[in-house]
Amino acid sequence: MIIGMHAPDGFLEPGVAVATGLLALAVIGLCLRRASGELGDRQIPLAGLAAAFIFAAQMFNFPVAAGTTGHLLGGALAAILLGPWVGTLVVTVVVVAQALLFADGGLTALGYNLVNMAIVPAFAGWALYLLFRRVLPANRGGVVAAGGLAAGTSVVLSATAFSIEWLFGASAPIPFDTVFGAMVGVHVLIGIGEGLLSALVLGAVLASRPDLVAGARDLSAAQLAAGRQVPVRTFVVGGLLAAVFVAAVVSQFAADDPDGLERVAMDEGFESSARDHALTASPFADYATEGIDDERLSLAVAGVAGVTVTLLVGYGLASASRRLSPAPAAPERATPVG
Amino acid sequence: MHHLHVPGDSPVHRLAPEAKLVGLALYVSTVALAPRRSVAVFIVAAVALAVVAGLARLGPRTMVVRLVPVAPFLAFALLVPFVAGGERTEVLGLRLSVEGLWAAGTIGAKALLGASAAIVLTATTPIPAILRGLAVLRVPAVLVSILAFTVRYLDLLADQLGRMRDAMTARAHDPRWLWQARPIASSAGALFVRSYERGERVHLAMLARGFTGAVPVLDIRRAARTEWAAALAPALAVSAALVVMPVLR
Repeated sequence: MIIGMHAPDGFLEPGVAVATGLLALAVIGLCLRRASGELGDRQIPLAGLAAAFIFAAQMFNFPVAAGTTGHLLGGALAAILLGPWVGTLVVTVVVVAQALLFADGGLTALGYNLVNMAIVPAFAGWALYLLFRRVLPANRGGVVAAGGLAAGTSVVLSATAFSIEWLFGASAPIPFDTVFGAMVGVHVLIGIGEGLLSALVLGAVLASRPDLVAGARDLSAAQLAAGRQVPVRTFVVGGLLAAVFVAAVVSQFAADDPDGLERVAMDEGFESSARDHALTASPFADYATEGIDDERLSLAVAGVAGVTVTLLVGYGLASASRRLSPAPAAPERATPVG
Repeated sequence: MHHLHVPGDSPVHRLAPEAKLVGLALYVSTVALAPRRSVAVFIVAAVALAVVAGLARLGPRTMVVRLVPVAPFLAFALLVPFVAGGERTEVLGLRLSVEGLWAAGTIGAKALLGASAAIVLTATTPIPAILRGLAVLRVPAVLVSILAFTVRYLDLLADQLGRMRDAMTARAHDPRWLWQARPIASSAGALFVRSYERGERVHLAMLARGFTGAVPVLDIRRAARTEWAAALAPALAVSAALVVMPVLR
């Protein structure tokens, strides 16, 4: 299990728990209404089966390297297969079931667990999918590649969201920089596995029942049949290169620790100066900003990251109800695939 | 799913599920609200939990086995005193952060108490009863129904996925590396299609049996006031400790 994902009770301070809880309630309420509009009374068995599928898929290990294994998160995949409203609802049910029935994730942590594992991956994943689809060819290969890229990035965004929540509600004296660096760094690697697996699963579903892929509804049968598949090895190597690049950048930021004596002096100095012109009304948790040398840089990074996540989730929410309409094609009889 | 419930006839087993759910939610909330150094509050909470678990005749072995999902966070908590900032003290020859030690203890205590309380609930309450309790507590009926279907089909789908993996292994596919995951992903994709089609068939079966859009909830027994009092007792104990301890200090 990934640290910070199925967070236990009290992992973040109550203020963050309440704020994310309210946000989650609002979004899930919206998802419930939209899902019933999209699926009608089919939503109960369909969403239930889909949630059971995601839950079962999460339990399964896929190989990563030399015997180590990883798990699928599935938020972005659920959104691309089922549409973002139903997808978010499905992953929400999975997270709630895990917390309530399996003690995997605290009940008071449901707010931020749902934001990090359901809402951000599904809506930001959907937004990224739409964006990638714009630049990729409109065929099966394009759908699969866009799905994989969106899923991989959604994992990183999920870790980013957690880091920002840590900034506001840290429960341990570990600075934001360290958490951000560690979480994002690790999840860039995890994202490769998630992206690849999501892409492959998408491809498999497209091959047998493309009508079940909500994100591919704008493609005709002919378009779906076309498209070269990206070889798996290329995807993995490309992903690794991207990961190394991002990790290098992020670690520069995180590993900026002065050594022992300097740190003590800085802490002392920081302490006294903090009392003079402190961010007295700071919404940030004392813990998370402790020991950050260049506080402005850290907060700038947090700001950029936060704005990115928020914009993507917002775009996902805004585009969620937009029907993907088929492009006007040459008149041909549409033959069902598979 | 059936293995989550530990059959028994204790007072805890007999409590109405909606009372237990509210009791659990309040207990977990009060524990999570405990400020950083409230050792006494955690002790009170642990004692209350132990009493309930004892009444339910749940042994420590049952509890520990189900606490496995908390393990990664306990490992993280163990790291905190080494990584955290602030002034340091010497423990067994290691220089550890004071605030980090307190934070690690707090994180560990809250994680264990919260998870253990949830385990007591699932061990003493069959899942259909938990779902009925949620319905009584006015959780949207659609959500409860979806949860019911998820739980109902989880074992089946996990089994199917397991059998697909067995079939692959029997055909000499033993992947070690990420790029060998294609057959697993194909199986997962096939399972998604099968699950979705099963969902469509289940829906038709429901329509054929007169489904009108809402799953009827039968057999609701109103919980007695004493049941509510008993279920809320642990949360009240922790709340009392939260209020009293700072005053005593």
